[in-house]
Amino acid sequence: MADSSIAINLRGISKSFGAVQANKNVNFSVPKGTIHGIVGENGAGKSTLMSILYGFYEADSGEIYIDGKETQIHNSTDAINAGIGMVHQHFMLVDNFTALENIMLGAESGMVLAKSISHAEIELEKLESEFGLWVDLHAQTEALPVGQQQRIEILKALYRGAKILILDEPTGVLTPQEADQLFSILRSLKNRGTTVIIITHKLREIIDLTDNVSVMRQGEIVANLKTLDTNQEELAELMVGRKIRMDLNKKPSDPKEVLLTVKDLSFTDNQDIQRLDSISFNVHAGEIVGIAGISGNGQSELLEILSGMRHCTEGQIIINNKEISPTDETDAQKVRQYSVGHVPEDRLKRGLISAFMTNESSILGYHKHSKFNNIILTNPSAIKKHCLHLMESFDVRPKDPSLKSANFSGGNQQKLILAREMDPKPKVLLVGQPTRGVDIGAIEFIHKHIIDMRDNGSAVLLVSGELDELISLADRILVMFEGKIVGEIEASIADEKTLGLMMANAHTQESTIEQAI
Amino acid sequence: MSQAKKPLPLWADIILIPIINILMALTVAGIIIYLIGENPFEAMKIMIYGAFGYDEAIGYTLYYATNFIFTGLAVAIAFHAALFNIGGEGQAYIGGLGVAILLLALDQYLPFWVLLPLAILASMIFGALWAAIPAYLQAYRGSHIVITTIMFNFIAANLMVYLLVNVFIVPGSMIPESRTFADNAWLPFMHEMFGWVGINISSSPLNLSFAIAIIVSILIWIFIWHTRWGYAIRAVGFSESAAHYAGISNKKIIMMTMLISGALAGMTGINEIMGVQHKLLLDFVAGYGFTGIAVALMGRNHPVGIILASILFGALYQGGAELTFDMPNISREMVTAIQGLIILFSGALAYMSRPWLEKLFGLFGSINKKIEVG
Repeated sequence: MADSSIAINLRGISKSFGAVQANKNVNFSVPKGTIHGIVGENGAGKSTLMSILYGFYEADSGEIYIDGKETQIHNSTDAINAGIGMVHQHFMLVDNFTALENIMLGAESGMVLAKSISHAEIELEKLESEFGLWVDLHAQTEALPVGQQQRIEILKALYRGAKILILDEPTGVLTPQEADQLFSILRSLKNRGTTVIIITHKLREIIDLTDNVSVMRQGEIVANLKTLDTNQEELAELMVGRKIRMDLNKKPSDPKEVLLTVKDLSFTDNQDIQRLDSISFNVHAGEIVGIAGISGNGQSELLEILSGMRHCTEGQIIINNKEISPTDETDAQKVRQYSVGHVPEDRLKRGLISAFMTNESSILGYHKHSKFNNIILTNPSAIKKHCLHLMESFDVRPKDPSLKSANFSGGNQQKLILAREMDPKPKVLLVGQPTRGVDIGAIEFIHKHIIDMRDNGSAVLLVSGELDELISLADRILVMFEGKIVGEIEASIADEKTLGLMMANAHTQESTIEQAI
Repeated sequence: MSQAKKPLPLWADIILIPIINILMALTVAGIIIYLIGENPFEAMKIMIYGAFGYDEAIGYTLYYATNFIFTGLAVAIAFHAALFNIGGEGQAYIGGLGVAILLLALDQYLPFWVLLPLAILASMIFGALWAAIPAYLQAYRGSHIVITTIMFNFIAANLMVYLLVNVFIVPGSMIPESRTFADNAWLPFMHEMFGWVGINISSSPLNLSFAIAIIVSILIWIFIWHTRWGYAIRAVGFSESAAHYAGISNKKIIMMTMLISGALAGMTGINEIMGVQHKLLLDFVAGYGFTGIAVALMGRNHPVGIILASILFGALYQGGAELTFDMPNISREMVTAIQGLIILFSGALAYMSRPWLEKLFGLFGSINKKIEVG
């Protein structure tokens, strides 16, 4: 069946890793010049499928047809030759190269660079104007905003002659405005005949952007739909396999005494860059304060300072009536003793130790606690019991404390970390990106527990890159830009557009800027 | 299409793979011996007999193994904190200096059972202090521990030459050695201890320190896997950023781990100085510190593995010596080459056979399944 109007046709693709079947008999086809969305929970097999298409893995069985021709893809060179380009979630760019050098990397046409540079420049300018993909080719990559870096990735693929472009979670790092620009670029690519496959977990983007959508669950395609014929609720239900309550049914907040005070907090890092610039705010018992901002505007540093991992250079923090000034030699363990729980932004790098058994990860940060130690030796049965208790209370699966932490899915890892940090019932809970890379079913569960913490009188500070999450979870939202708090808005009246503008510091001054209450 | 890979069972990982690695190394060594013109099987027989064939041989093998256990544990504990301590050689040397200073000062006054714990303590403190400077430089100044510990090996070697030639030498003697300790400062030899209970074995340098090494191995196992400090060390070793999140100070862990590592290496001095030589002399460490790296690699940084690997290397040392004696064509360098091959195959190429084994096990797995289904 050589149907050349079909850009990609996958037939019976299966792939397993050990006992885990990541893809089961996957069939789907994408017509030329369309935008095709793939949605599914974490671990549903989307990334594996795309990795097979891009030659990172080889399928155990099945065939791949590109433009109607059966194609063997053993590595990414094969994929590039077949006209497939991929934009990864985490950019594959050399930071200290210029945009141009990054695009040319691996596609230089000879020993002498000068010739290929001039050739590439002409070529790229054509591409830029054709698709509205404007990038300063001579700027150093790390100096460019994330949205521009993503464009470099897209240009890289197009420069190599990609007719099929795969984007993996492309909007995770973008502001809503940047995402809109990306979408218009993708639409113009489509209009000029490029086929686009986009993997995302944001259902709204699927509805806005795509022509067709495939839903994956547990390695299988459970539905191939025309986007016009479906809606977010149906997609969510197909992804999870059951009905999802999208609204949180949250009671209005009932703020009580102040548990966390931040006064004129400034932080300059060891490269002499000011990351935080006199930040002040309060968080009361029984409320969730959200921090919005494009990543890299100081939110991470703020969390790290509040949790004791770093020391501020100026200012004052009062946690639960305990004062921390820049000269105090506090560390994360000491701050935990002030009744602080901290769910870190980067769960794999910080939240747990992948090589540890889960019962060991379940006491990370609490390993000196007398509950887990005899005089000299640790108390393995107490640690195991604690781990089982955490797994039970947060429904972590599989319930096996001796399994390596790395062998749990992202959602279950995150649930374990949340369980660990919430179990001591901290007065102040610092939460960073609680649902990043977590599947919808687990998101619902995690949100419910965070709200429970609030209702039980904890002060919750929530840093999240998901505006939906901030709006639905937080009671108040503070917006950070270049290390300053540039705005505050009640979550009940916030919407993505206003927040997006505030995050870019482009909002009109009429929206209330009250720094501290 | 490609066969599904299965994770290897634990026994294959810790027993089968090391054995395959050693066999591969011996095969290559055998080819070289054949090319020299000797019979490789005959050579192998001589080596094994020379290492395990009679009680004196076993004594020598275990005596060498004692040194390797101490230096291997030293390297291993540092590895658990992701530190590469190459300074075992120097730390062992200085540990021996500590033992000698203590025994030279007190052997006239104190009985053996008081001297022994003091000497152990001295070896540990001196070894730890020699590791402390590189540790400090790594933790607080960012100087790489590999570089500094290597440099400290040279410093230790030169310091010892100076001390032996100028301080410890017996006046009037031409040999750079200290005086011999009094009898009450000698560790009992194994053949003596067996003699006390009426069993006669041939004399060998094997002494009480072998038992000390085994006890220390057990203590280190408990320390690494069953105390909060060991937990902190492993946390830092696996993920510095997660340890930081947990409030574990990287600097303190580097200091603590390196002090313990240096102390363990320093205990080599107990075996060599208090157990065998009974005096301070030049170059008594003879490469044990470096071999400790290979021992730790091969023993997967686990005390049980380290004891087994130490015995293997002890056998190579002892059997190799016998081999050069019995087969004049095979030089000492040839024996070193065989040791090198074993280190190469079980260290650097440790996982070479792994993909094949995984495929093999996958194949067996699917055959078994088919049989069950059939």
